[in-house]
Amino acid sequence: MIGLRNITKTYSKGSVLAVDDVSFFVDKGELFGLIGPDGAGKTSIFRMLTTLLLPTSGSAMVDGYDVANDYKEIRRTVGYMPGKFSLYQDLSVEENLHFFATMFNTSIAENYAMVKDIYEQLAPFKKRRAGALSGGMKQKLALCCALIHKPTVLFLDEPTTGVDVVSRREFWDMLRRLKSQGITILVSTPYMDEAVLCERIALIQKGRILSIDTPQNIVDSFPVALYAAKSDGMNALLSDARAYPHMGSCYAFGEYLHLTLKEGSVEDFSRYLGTKKHSNIEVKSIKPGIEDCFIERMTGN
Amino acid sequence: MKVISVDKLTKTFGSFTAVDHISFDVNQGEIFGFLGANGAGKTTAMKVLCGLLSPTSGSATVAGYDVYRQPNKIKQNIGYMSQKFSLYEDLTVLENMNFYGGVYNLNNEQLNTQREQLINRLDLHNEAKKRVSELPLGWKQKVAFLVAIMHHPKIVFLDEPTGGVDPITRRQFWDLIYEAAANDITVFVTTHYMDEAEYCNRVSIMVDGRIDALDAPASLKTKFSADTMDEVFYRLARGAKRGE
Repeated sequence: MIGLRNITKTYSKGSVLAVDDVSFFVDKGELFGLIGPDGAGKTSIFRMLTTLLLPTSGSAMVDGYDVANDYKEIRRTVGYMPGKFSLYQDLSVEENLHFFATMFNTSIAENYAMVKDIYEQLAPFKKRRAGALSGGMKQKLALCCALIHKPTVLFLDEPTTGVDVVSRREFWDMLRRLKSQGITILVSTPYMDEAVLCERIALIQKGRILSIDTPQNIVDSFPVALYAAKSDGMNALLSDARAYPHMGSCYAFGEYLHLTLKEGSVEDFSRYLGTKKHSNIEVKSIKPGIEDCFIERMTGN
Repeated sequence: MKVISVDKLTKTFGSFTAVDHISFDVNQGEIFGFLGANGAGKTTAMKVLCGLLSPTSGSATVAGYDVYRQPNKIKQNIGYMSQKFSLYEDLTVLENMNFYGGVYNLNNEQLNTQREQLINRLDLHNEAKKRVSELPLGWKQKVAFLVAIMHHPKIVFLDEPTGGVDPITRRQFWDLIYEAAANDITVFVTTHYMDEAEYCNRVSIMVDGRIDALDAPASLKTKFSADTMDEVFYRLARGAKRGE
């Protein structure tokens, strides 16, 4: 449904490499995630796939159309929710939706089933100007406007950035319902915990794909044993752990440190910590999360 | 010692109560996480504490100064950085430092020392004369943080400082926060990353303008029988009536 072959995008006459030889394919009806921090190249990829930017080299197809030659067809068939709120702030909720429906030669009534679930949550505010909505409601309205012409492919660029935990969960529930209606969804996020909600993901950093697979396979292919450690003084624990001669990587992860060892056993490491005057030390073996995998690929350990 | 003391602080806009009788204290050198759902009133409360907005009722002192009578004194004694704006993109790293040094009345000697320290700490020798717009976001945020504490304020307010930053840089940023706290700078921080809530000494969670929970992360998890701060937050915030 979406296919990129060796896509590269440079800016400023080639001096800035935003997307570096990226290839991946998204199947029809798939929920595919681009997972990476700011500056990874996610937005450039979205803008090329939605025909708002031309690739510097390489080719890409969306729903059977070529992004360079068939831009009119692609623009008719896809829905796009940019990372920056891009609706008309001075129009009301209702007017915005009406405007987007009209732009695509349809009406709210004709495709209401598409947006019903989400729009009903906005209905009490339908006379309010879009600019006066809260973050979560703006996001819902933007999604409605991207859906009102019944797109075959939906592009969502960081829909949950800056949104609180509750709204984020609601948003992913909405995506799952849309997916069940057969829409292909490409979504990007800097929140690694959201990766597990996608069927397949691409981890992306500095314009390059670090890995593409199901979240489960990515987690399963973590190459070494991972341990978690905590004690009553986490700051001191972090510096002591990093000073351990056989330490691989060592990063804070919430209430625990996550660490890998270059050699030796975890028992040796526990004994080492025992000599460092920590109280309530706990060291245990754990399964890695997507964020562990991302850090591991980033550092090339 | 208390560096922030808030008692029944309230801010209304017309008939809307954005901040509803909140009370809490923050100790010197503490890392205090200020959490809440979108629209819960965090930004309004922070603006009052930074001396940018006068409250409707209640009382608060920040760095020993009163929010009603001494807002300018407060501004001189705090640092502030946000995700959206902190540095001038068209100025270089050094020019930004000179500018903020001027704003905070540093003399030349202090400014030189600070410049040297910052450039060494972040290893920015090759980037110091680059425009800020050319730096990756993660570096920008680290520079912005150190610039915000250049004048060694009593408190630094951080509004979602790590949004969108890569996982390694996010952790390096927290190393800087710990260093600042160890130097007796109180850190008042908001974030949507719940693992970062765990790095705070205490966190408060705002719901509909009120503070519905305030404690050390471990105590909150016990109190709510939750495994993670994510779950604690979710349970409190999903009951929110307004905003979303």
